Amino acid sequence: MRGRIVAVFGNLVVAECEGPVMQNAVARCHRADGAQLLSEVIRVHDNRADLQVFEETRGLKVGDPVEVSTDLLSVQLGPGLLGQIFDGLQNPLPELAERHGYFLPTGGSTPGLREDRVWQFEPAGRVGDVMQAGDTLGYVPEGIFKHHIMVPFGWRGRFTVQYIAYAGKRQADEVIAEMTDESGATRNVTMLQRWPVKVPLNVSRERLLPSSPLVTRVRMIDSLLPVMRGGTYCIPGPFGAGKTVLQQITSRNADVDVVVVAACGERAGEVVETIQEFPRLSDPRTGRSLMERTVIVCNTSAMPVAAREASVYTAVTLGEYYRQMGLHVLLLADSTSRWAQAMRELSGRLEEIPGEEAFPAYLESRIAAFYERAGAVRLRTGHVGTLTIGGTVSPAGGNFEEPVTQATLKVVGAFHGLSTARAHARRYPAIDPLDSWSRYAGIIEAKKVAQVQRLLRRGNEIRQMTAVVGEEGVSVHDYATMLKAEFVDAAYLQQNAFDDVDGSTNAERQELVFDRLLAVLDMELEVTEKEQARAVMVKFTDLFRNWNYVAMGTPEFEAMAGEINDLVALGGRDPVLEDVA
Amino acid sequence: MRKYFDRIARIAGNVLTVHAEGVTYEELAVVVGEERSAPAQVIKLEGDQVSLQVFAGTQGLSTRDRVRFLGHPMEFPYGDGLLGRVFDGAGRPRDERPDPEGTLVRLGSPPVNPVKRRLPDRMIRTGIPMIDVFNSLVESQKLPIFSVAGEPYNALLARIGLQADADVIIFGGMGLRHDDYLEFRAAFEKGGVLTHSVMFVHTASDPVVECLLVPDLCLAVGEQFALAGKRVLVLLTDMTAFSDALKEIAITMEQIPSNRGYPGDLYTQLARRYEKAVDFEGAGSMTVLACVTMPGDDVTHPVPDNTGYITEGQFYLRNGRIEPFGSLSRLRQHVNGDTRDDHRAIMDGCIQLYADCMASREKRDMGFEVTPWDEKLLRYGEMFEGRIMDLAVDISLEDALDRCWLLLGECFDPAETGLRRALIDEHWPSGAAR
Ligand SMILES: Nc1ncnc2c1ncn2[C@@H]1O[C@H](COP(=O)(O)OP(=O)(O)O)[C@@H](O)[C@H]1O
Ligand SMILES: [Mg+2]
Repeated sequence: MRGRIVAVFGNLVVAECEGPVMQNAVARCHRADGAQLLSEVIRVHDNRADLQVFEETRGLKVGDPVEVSTDLLSVQLGPGLLGQIFDGLQNPLPELAERHGYFLPTGGSTPGLREDRVWQFEPAGRVGDVMQAGDTLGYVPEGIFKHHIMVPFGWRGRFTVQYIAYAGKRQADEVIAEMTDESGATRNVTMLQRWPVKVPLNVSRERLLPSSPLVTRVRMIDSLLPVMRGGTYCIPGPFGAGKTVLQQITSRNADVDVVVVAACGERAGEVVETIQEFPRLSDPRTGRSLMERTVIVCNTSAMPVAAREASVYTAVTLGEYYRQMGLHVLLLADSTSRWAQAMRELSGRLEEIPGEEAFPAYLESRIAAFYERAGAVRLRTGHVGTLTIGGTVSPAGGNFEEPVTQATLKVVGAFHGLSTARAHARRYPAIDPLDSWSRYAGIIEAKKVAQVQRLLRRGNEIRQMTAVVGEEGVSVHDYATMLKAEFVDAAYLQQNAFDDVDGSTNAERQELVFDRLLAVLDMELEVTEKEQARAVMVKFTDLFRNWNYVAMGTPEFEAMAGEINDLVALGGRDPVLEDVA
Repeated sequence: MRKYFDRIARIAGNVLTVHAEGVTYEELAVVVGEERSAPAQVIKLEGDQVSLQVFAGTQGLSTRDRVRFLGHPMEFPYGDGLLGRVFDGAGRPRDERPDPEGTLVRLGSPPVNPVKRRLPDRMIRTGIPMIDVFNSLVESQKLPIFSVAGEPYNALLARIGLQADADVIIFGGMGLRHDDYLEFRAAFEKGGVLTHSVMFVHTASDPVVECLLVPDLCLAVGEQFALAGKRVLVLLTDMTAFSDALKEIAITMEQIPSNRGYPGDLYTQLARRYEKAVDFEGAGSMTVLACVTMPGDDVTHPVPDNTGYITEGQFYLRNGRIEPFGSLSRLRQHVNGDTRDDHRAIMDGCIQLYADCMASREKRDMGFEVTPWDEKLLRYGEMFEGRIMDLAVDISLEDALDRCWLLLGECFDPAETGLRRALIDEHWPSGAAR
């Protein structure tokens, strides 16, 4: 279907078309110099189609031809996604760099996967087998995983295998199976298939409630504000509070099979860090290069805005694809606010009636639908696959009472709110332990978690009280409670992300240290003076903080554990401290 | 010969609409009047109606004027001949020398492919402890100075610029007071960098929207020098003036504002400029330092707020000092790991204690009893401000670290600092209490 441009305004192009046009169809604007700019139909009225153009519209003019396809915006699925770096439309960035050098070209659309790449295929079915969409026809090894080659997800009905390739080296676009549908028509299967990014990909028997914790090795998260595999969480915070660092360390340490990093509308430099560091870092679970379990989808802030809108969908679709193989996938999106802003920019150009802060009225439903794509599912094979989504939110002015944060809080299972005050005092991670919440169960017994949370609340109340009545206005007992809360923060919740040992605490160590922490908290401080109480807690804090830097399983670790136990047995009163008193 | 179009349909704000055909989006045009010719750029095409943003404003333009389209987007000649030159906001010479010559480069080049960026790893030493120790500046970083009118932000910008030891300095002034321009010039001259700098200066007396081109001119030229292997430093002041010009255009175009009148794409517009800061794999680099004045001293104002989300940190300049809270160099961890083993610990430890000191000050100011621990913190805070935070301090990173240890030794017992034992054993000043 062809049409002609009648208007250009920013990344919005209006085309007059001669025939039927499908909403969300992919279109191409032909620039006079031959470049074809990828775009998507986002509104149809009479014989006009509004297109959001995924590339710079500079150089287009009224009258330029437009070609509207009948396909929805799709990604290519198949082996070879892991370790790749894509832009928001699945163009492989290393390949673009090879061909075009330093700068990203306009109209340089390139297939996401190489069709000529050869894989070692191993069949999993036999001639005569009857299968459905999503069933496994065979495997190829992709890094540490057995990558399933599946019956295309979009096929409806039952299909009988007529031919299936023997084990051996096969090219990605080679036919590895022939199947007939119920009417007898033949269809071919290759290792590659396409899926429209805005349609959830979920071919499973049932959705399950998330039931296993996703360990991130961030103590505050795993112990107090846990995330579960198949769950959702968000990290709102003002700039500089530590959203990106938190996601970066999670992308390294998270206890999952595959991590999809969606760098959405933020700094290119942060992606470069991941790109350059991951190949050198090892996966804590397998010891292999971290890059082997990672896919990066990056549409940074200087890249075209419409493609930014598409990038989160591209990323979530890739995540869903690996979930179909029974894997545990984590999608980290930084930042979902940039995605929302991309919607706002476009909505403004479409002159839609604006909602709060000029965001479109459908903002909430889009955010909800996005997070709904996470989940734990039981596949037709009986295996469980999960997709967890964690998104950062960048609220204007750091104020959580804004549309994107509020819409997100309604749909996620955990909220890790970052606080400016904590970041300014360099108390990292700057998650506010009082405001944040999680609906999930984690690795620490609920009773123990509740005890610590009560203490933190109480400590905060007393601190606020001292701001009104001074420290002299609170009892020694209350003062000690406040110090204990401060101790939990300094000795356990704060964690140095840039230290190899402290930066990553596994579940076993968290359980052990948490119990030691409780032993200190349960200790009745036999002190009569506030300064005495402070001296005791300084001592414990110092011990725990140093302990945090020592690798578990070393003699030093045991020695320090002993030192802590001794001090607890003495009620914190060691001879040196007696002097202070 | 290019055709003239004379059916001008509308003149409003800085936007002129003319009936024309065959015009490309973002193409450059000239509005030719009896009195003057005004450069303009296509910002909207709708049927045969072409909307143009007129850089010098539409004042004095009339429906009798004619529009000529140039067939290409905004360009500027690039070459070594630019060094030592001064231009105005529209790229016209301001130094009474001829028009520049060189290869034409387009303004607003496409984004750099992230895989062609180098991970920045070279520290820029400034001699300012609040920067070098606590928030190290890194080559290719993009970093604003958040401040308010009356603070010496331009002086600080010039000082960092001169200490940075760059191959080429590109200066962009937006809404600059003429005196400030002269001061920058004098500072560059005194620092001996004028011969390897290029200045684009839009002053407060020039038409407001003319400053819209300044960042693009600076960054396009800077990018070329960087591609040629040079280490480029771009200094921009004041980016709030630039943002306000964007706001003006958006309002004229009847775009729905998102926040306090600013357009919804303010973030994208700013990011496209700041993201030009780069360390090219296999070529040079471009570092961008910018001044951003905060209207009403409010960081949550859309301009500083959006900027903070884009740049790699920010320095708050308040009361003539770089504030320790809020100031941040996001790239510091790329360089402060290989300076000295105590750098990171001092960086966090000293600030945590200073934060505690602020709490004690509050207590004291409220008239509450101060404990011996508060006394220690108060003493520390005072000394920290005088010996480290004062902008007059100009010492090397190593001297500054040593100075921090001395301070800690004078004020605290080792365990009270929260620093790790191994570091204490190595660096705790001899003679101080242990
Ligand atoms: N967990 C942490 N440990 C140590 N430093 C941190 C931590 N989180 C953040 N920071 C510091 O704060 C800076 C900003 O963090 P970042 O994650 O980029 O903020 P945001 O994404 O919220 O704007 C980092 O560059 C780092 O210096
Ligand atoms: Mg961030």
